[in-house]
Amino acid sequence: MQPPEKPGLTLTRAGIVEGMKLAIPILPGICFFGMAYGAAAAQTHMSLLEATLSSWLVFAGASQLVALELWRENWTFTAILGLALIVGTVNSRLILMGASLHQWLGQLPAIKLWPSLFFLTDANWIISERYRAQGGHDAGIYLGSGLLLWVVWGAVTVPGYLISSLVPDPKLFGLDLVMPLFFILMLVPMWKSRADLVPWCVAGTVASLVWMIVPGYAFIVTGAVAGALTGAFLPERADV
Amino acid sequence: MSERFAEWFTITPLSFAAICAMLAATYFCRAGGFWLMQHVPLTARVRRGLAALPGSIVMATVVPLALRGGWPAAIGITCAFLTMLKTRNELIALLAGLATVAAARATGL
Repeated sequence: MQPPEKPGLTLTRAGIVEGMKLAIPILPGICFFGMAYGAAAAQTHMSLLEATLSSWLVFAGASQLVALELWRENWTFTAILGLALIVGTVNSRLILMGASLHQWLGQLPAIKLWPSLFFLTDANWIISERYRAQGGHDAGIYLGSGLLLWVVWGAVTVPGYLISSLVPDPKLFGLDLVMPLFFILMLVPMWKSRADLVPWCVAGTVASLVWMIVPGYAFIVTGAVAGALTGAFLPERADV
Repeated sequence: MSERFAEWFTITPLSFAAICAMLAATYFCRAGGFWLMQHVPLTARVRRGLAALPGSIVMATVVPLALRGGWPAAIGITCAFLTMLKTRNELIALLAGLATVAAARATGL
């Protein structure tokens, strides 16, 4: 898509539609995952209403699956607090994604900005970063891709729940790896200069070491912060 | 059937509160980093760090997942990357990656 000629950030209907189109390649993967979540929810004590509401209100797959392991019929205040803490930990990578979009999305007026941040997920984050790296100025790309993913994610929870025993294992088609595959190929157009190479390698190495030592999802945030710090302390570069 | 139907739509105030707590924790993450950056002065160093951040997030996600997934994951991710370099088409690159993972698993790698 040709970025608009105005340098400031815009939010247009055409951008929203374009954002939805950019999310299409990842949709089959999202459908399978949403259905797998619905199926897993059916096999715990969750009702269909709870499963669907959680997909539409939380809209963060990995953390929803972890939450299923903690789901119970009788809730206490402590159990709810513990659930929120675990969910926050699994989703802590979103803190970094928000920080990285700040310079670009921050130009939106507050009334559009803070509700839009609800739709921040891995897929529309990487779509936005790629679009922005190519000079794009329409926040509709971010919002449109997020909206489409949100609607689909919530909707497919229902059939997944209802036909839980028929939902195929996402591993069958490699779909359990759809997000890392999407991430790595989107990195290609984001490549700017060789100065990126050192921080990116540091990020990958530190994350791998943390993954080997620490259980859970801490590797994403620690590796990414290590990469960003490396970038910050490297000598001046021409393009930033 | 009506009993099943009622089961589907069961929700207690506390289980609704649990879902809302998940919503709050996730929105805190979504908005938190953004809010933080409004309060960090944009020095040249911060700008360089931010420039390295998107790619660092990708690498910190993909490399450990490739290790965790074994050969099929590693080969599939490499294949998606190379196909994207060659074709610059997301859909083709993604399909190539998925097909490679599925094929590698089918051969029992």
